[in-house]
Amino acid sequence: MMAATRFLIPLGIFIGVAAFLFKGLSLDPKEVPSPLIGKAAPDFALPLLNNSETRFANSDMVGKVWLLNVFASWCGPCLDEHPIIVNFARSNTVPVLGFNYKDRPQAAAQWLDRHGDPYSQVVLDIDGRIGLDYGVYGVPETFLIDREGFIRYKKIGPLTQLDVSEDILPLIEELSR
Amino acid sequence: MIPEIGHFAVILALCVAVAQAFFSLVGATRGHTNWMAVSRPSAYVLFLLTTFGFCCLVISFLTNDFSVLNVASNSNSQLPWPYRLAASWGSHEGSLLLWVLMLSGWMAAVARFSKGVPDDMLSLILGVMALVAIGFYSFLLLTSNPFDRLLPPAVDGRDLNPLLQDPGMVIHPPMLYMGYVGFSVVFAFAIAALISGRLDTTWARWSRPWTTIAWAFLTIGIALGSWWAYYELGWGGWWFWDPVENASFMPWLCGTALMHSLLVTEKRGSFKVWTVLLAIITFSLSLLGTFLVRSGVLTSVHAFATDPERGVFILGFLVFVVGASLILFAWRAPKVGLGGRFDLVSRESALLANNVLLVVAAASVLLGTLYPLFLDALGLGKISVGPPYFDAVFIPIMAPAMFLMGIGPISRWKKSSVPDLASKLKWAFVVSVVSALLLPFTMGTWNVLVSFGLLMALWIALAGIVNLWTRLKQMSRGEGNTVWNSLTSLPNSYYGMLCAHWGVAVFIVGVTLVNGYEIEKDVKMSVGNTVTIGSYTIRLDALKEMEGPNYTGVEGSMAILVDGEEVDRMFPQKRLYTVQQMAMTEAAIDTGFTRDLYISLGEPLSDGSWVVRVYLKPFVDWIWGGAFLMALGGILAVSDRRYRKASQMENGPEEVTTSS
Repeated sequence: MMAATRFLIPLGIFIGVAAFLFKGLSLDPKEVPSPLIGKAAPDFALPLLNNSETRFANSDMVGKVWLLNVFASWCGPCLDEHPIIVNFARSNTVPVLGFNYKDRPQAAAQWLDRHGDPYSQVVLDIDGRIGLDYGVYGVPETFLIDREGFIRYKKIGPLTQLDVSEDILPLIEELSR
Repeated sequence: MIPEIGHFAVILALCVAVAQAFFSLVGATRGHTNWMAVSRPSAYVLFLLTTFGFCCLVISFLTNDFSVLNVASNSNSQLPWPYRLAASWGSHEGSLLLWVLMLSGWMAAVARFSKGVPDDMLSLILGVMALVAIGFYSFLLLTSNPFDRLLPPAVDGRDLNPLLQDPGMVIHPPMLYMGYVGFSVVFAFAIAALISGRLDTTWARWSRPWTTIAWAFLTIGIALGSWWAYYELGWGGWWFWDPVENASFMPWLCGTALMHSLLVTEKRGSFKVWTVLLAIITFSLSLLGTFLVRSGVLTSVHAFATDPERGVFILGFLVFVVGASLILFAWRAPKVGLGGRFDLVSRESALLANNVLLVVAAASVLLGTLYPLFLDALGLGKISVGPPYFDAVFIPIMAPAMFLMGIGPISRWKKSSVPDLASKLKWAFVVSVVSALLLPFTMGTWNVLVSFGLLMALWIALAGIVNLWTRLKQMSRGEGNTVWNSLTSLPNSYYGMLCAHWGVAVFIVGVTLVNGYEIEKDVKMSVGNTVTIGSYTIRLDALKEMEGPNYTGVEGSMAILVDGEEVDRMFPQKRLYTVQQMAMTEAAIDTGFTRDLYISLGEPLSDGSWVVRVYLKPFVDWIWGGAFLMALGGILAVSDRRYRKASQMENGPEEVTTSS
């Protein structure tokens, strides 16, 4: 009996894997629900990259629609999305605030020198505590925040031109009315 | 009209496959000779119909028929014609059509070149393949019809994904699919053997050449894919442990194990159950690969169109095929007797250990690939498993396998003695250890991993030489053979083995030295600036605007200086594909035997300068050279005399490639 059941092991393993695969079909690996959408953007008052004496708070942006872009010099995909951010900033649609996440300020400054600085301001979240409030776990991440300071849109991972043209720009237009 | 004719041909092909499966399988189990007679001709008809359907699709692409949805979504009137040709398998629908074309091609090849196989066995084999074909033809017709019309027709197409507009992409998918689908042959042989209960050494002898050819194609396919990623993605890497890459790598690992296990089954009658299980697993992993790539359950850099409905279909099919074969296995395998006995120190043991290691390696890759999905399905969060996991797990598993590769071929079947092995291999061992310790100094800094990698490579290479030497010495004891006579009388399969194993050594050298001594520089350059990397100085002489057929871009002109003398010029490009508005980096690569110089244009800066990435990659081409040697070894092995009777086997697949 023992000998015969041995031959069922492959089948058993396969059934297990297949069950997971079936479950996996109904999941979207790219979609991460954000409990933050529709909620007020968590408050922060963080030092600026170009002037660590001054603190910049999200309340300073009240009344404006703005984009918060989480980036770091150590993050490869940030480089991928960077041209998109630069292009977007050049269009002067809304201000883009750079949120430098768990990074060394010098490294961040060098990175921006080298690749271009699209940000209206860059705030430093060196220990990543504010990042925690924003639920950052994949850099880059991008948030669109409305005039009242509510998060309207969030993207985890590099922004694509398609995200900008199909999601962000229409939303900005709607929010700026 | 042409797309409808093509569509009709594929529908007819499905009908033929249904008839073939029915008559072949029922005929073989009931013993109706006239029913079994259907299987051979219907394989040819299936192949002809599918080729015809495929040609119809190719014509639609070549003539820019934008009233066909597939053409409108994946081609453009500005696209050069070779890419329009490649675009016919660039989309999901087209690649499936290519898949069934290959499958029917393999079926026709089996029908044509299996003269020695008894009719009832052949009938079973083709019947099983026809069942697989039914699944894929229905998948194609029900969920992914490549001939769907677009009404009203588009004015112009949306263009082929720029990443795929590349010569490598023209041949990579056909090669890869030849390998994937080729494993369906050995799978069908295994199932037929399980059904008929004739799981013997003859079965292994029939299956071996098919497995080896499929494996060689898969090797080339994977190598081409890796090479393409290297020069096209512009990141300078050659393997990313991406789910889609893993999907092709897992069948390769199992296929490698299968090839070796078949050898033991043929020569010694052992490992029968294990071999048949490996045959099932290898093909199952090919199907799983299709599922992973097509269903979108995992994220990947290979952004193919995915669709959950298709996922359900493939998964259902996968469950049917794999589930049924494993049930059959559980039912039949216990009745299979054990083969010849063997000692702990013997070639069987070495091959068994290598088999296990390869399968464990495949399992660890599978685990890493599916782990994010497991966690997600259990609601434990979303994570991604990256190269650190794979590097940490894969290398320690493969290292002992590499060591055994030196010992296995030189040890005897059934029983070998440790002192004998040691005396044969001691010089190979000493020389490889000493050189592995010293060689890194000639490259610059000494480093443990480099030394270890070189040790493995040298060990495999030298053990191969010792093996050849021992063989020659044994032969020269005979009646005054000259070395040349002995060399030419050794069978091709032996040289195939040596060649493939040396290929592994070459591959390891490439991987080790690139990882150990690669230099990468990320610099900001304006016209006139220079950057020094290794012994090369690179000067940016000019930047000029350029215009291609379907893109615009900027081309840098770089002078390569050695000791102040200009030795070469390189022209990296940044392209913007106008239709899809997608920027692409065309790296300039100066390929050399001992190093590649790799320059890619990054981003333009506001002051007119550019971010330029330069790499000096020592021995990087040995990676693909090694893979090519492995595949060549496989081809040499199937060209062996003993297959001469059915020697046209290796022509079979070639027929298929030329017609696709």
